[in-house]
Amino acid sequence: MTTEPVPDAPASATADPSGDVLRVEHISKRFGVVRALDDVNLHLVQGEVLGLLGDNGAGKSTLIKIMCGFQPPTSGRIILEGQEITLKSVDHARSLGIDTVYQDLALINELTVYHNMFLNRERTRWSLLSNRSMRKIAQEQLDRIGVNIPSVDAEVAKLSGGQRQAIAVARAVTSNAKVLLLDEPLAAMGAKEGAMILELVKDLKRQGQVSIIMIMHNYGQALEICDRINLLQHGEITFDKQAKDTSVQELNDIVIEEYRRALQEQKRQKTA
Amino acid sequence: MSEITERSPQAVAPPPGPAPRGAPGPVRAALNALARQREATVFVIAVILLLYFGIKYNSTFVSQTNLANLLSETAAPIIILSIGEVFLLICGEIDLSVGFVYMLSPFLMHYLIDFYGVPVVPAIIISLLMGLVVGWSNGFLTVTMGLPSFITTLGTGFILWGITLTTSHAYPANIPVGAVGIGRWIGAAPWSQFIWACAITAIFYVVLNRTKWGLYTIATGGNLLGARESGIKVGRIKYGNFMIIGVLGALVGLQNAFYTQTIDPSAGGYQPMFYAVTAAVIGGTAMLGGQGTVIGAFLGSIVLATLLNGIDVAGISANPLDIVFGAAILLSMIANVRLARLRAAGRN
Repeated sequence: MTTEPVPDAPASATADPSGDVLRVEHISKRFGVVRALDDVNLHLVQGEVLGLLGDNGAGKSTLIKIMCGFQPPTSGRIILEGQEITLKSVDHARSLGIDTVYQDLALINELTVYHNMFLNRERTRWSLLSNRSMRKIAQEQLDRIGVNIPSVDAEVAKLSGGQRQAIAVARAVTSNAKVLLLDEPLAAMGAKEGAMILELVKDLKRQGQVSIIMIMHNYGQALEICDRINLLQHGEITFDKQAKDTSVQELNDIVIEEYRRALQEQKRQKTA
Repeated sequence: MSEITERSPQAVAPPPGPAPRGAPGPVRAALNALARQREATVFVIAVILLLYFGIKYNSTFVSQTNLANLLSETAAPIIILSIGEVFLLICGEIDLSVGFVYMLSPFLMHYLIDFYGVPVVPAIIISLLMGLVVGWSNGFLTVTMGLPSFITTLGTGFILWGITLTTSHAYPANIPVGAVGIGRWIGAAPWSQFIWACAITAIFYVVLNRTKWGLYTIATGGNLLGARESGIKVGRIKYGNFMIIGVLGALVGLQNAFYTQTIDPSAGGYQPMFYAVTAAVIGGTAMLGGQGTVIGAFLGSIVLATLLNGIDVAGISANPLDIVFGAAILLSMIANVRLARLRAAGRN
């Protein structure tokens, strides 16, 4: 944490010889005596989709919050395109190209789709909103990344859960994000809706401009969509494999083993 | 994917209303289009009331004096205050103190001119700025100190009331002689208040619908956390809207003083504030934030003023007037809620 934050440096994409767009090194996070993250090392290859799996309380959300600038780590370094950065805020991370889609999506129900997509990045002319141009660009961007909604004029409140998620993802993508952090994009979503989001992420992967870290719970979906899987257990990354080299069975076994240990631990405490 | 498969929990969940089915004729289509506007209900109510009183009490109601009374004296202050309340209600707050800014501002002008020798124009500007300062204080207590605005503005309202009564010894005062001329522009001339009200409506219509400020106000009230995560400075939006209504309240206080040619410690207070909130809500602004309309507030104020004025013209005695008035407000609101459901059903 010694260097100053670096503003957008488009040429630096080649600066990291490893081809990683984002690396976090030796990240630890303590909340008082609680050790949420312990020496976490994670890297994201340019154009890749990385699935971050782990039990509730394993530290997935804490890690995402550190990478998106919501909170600083207790120690460790974050390296974006070869340059060490110190994230000061979510806005700052966003300006550097790290954009997050939160579980709550941060959409405004009462506003139209295109106003949501341009929220805090509105186009204005003589300080009046250029609604026509925003509407047109929003439609083009949604078409380009293949999101299908009834109308960009619709209030977001009128859209389904999957459509809302798609709008939130589209908004992050179209803000020229280099790294996209998706916090459980498939949570609380039906099969049909979930499939739409998976398709969207696949399309983004094909276009190759954005690298994605997704927090996921469903191993099947994770193996289908992700290039690589990281498993976070008790604040440490314990598993890092290419998706093609692992299976639902293997992931299940690891987690079942964890449950078994937790049960034994509990039993020991009861008898003690 | 064009199907709506689930409804957002935040949306006003309307039961499937009697939405018209099949291909509608042109008249029906026009009616449907009208019904989909948020301001539609209150527009219809305003027209019905104006027609009713206009036909029934033709000569007295439609006279130019009475229309000036209705629109300029009665409606204009409600319009201006309700527009301020619309912005606050949209961003999830309310101002109960604005009627006491209204009460204090002409006294402040009077003190400055008559006791401290301040020239008229600066005195008027300082009185308006007092509204700004009160608004800032309301913002500070609500946003920075974290009090609910209902309590904040209840407290600041009482303080302003006390200040007015203490400094004026609860006696009315005369308009400072030097201010009478400029007073005609502010509110003394017939129709001047209504012209101000129309101009303010136009300006704030644009602010709400075509500027970032309006968008962020809606975002703040619609999804506070989401707005913050999007990088919107929600605190600043709330401060600003408290300050806007403060200035509007001070302006209305000056207008009323100039119009009635006296500075009266019983002017203002809770009544105009409640009229303003009622007008905003009748007009289609949600009490829970996120939704609101300036045109609706304008029309809602016309509805209230028509009721107040019409009941007066109809010669209903003063005592039962409030019963009729209260019942009329409830009926308007019921019509509003029913039509809102129809509207929501139609849009799906």
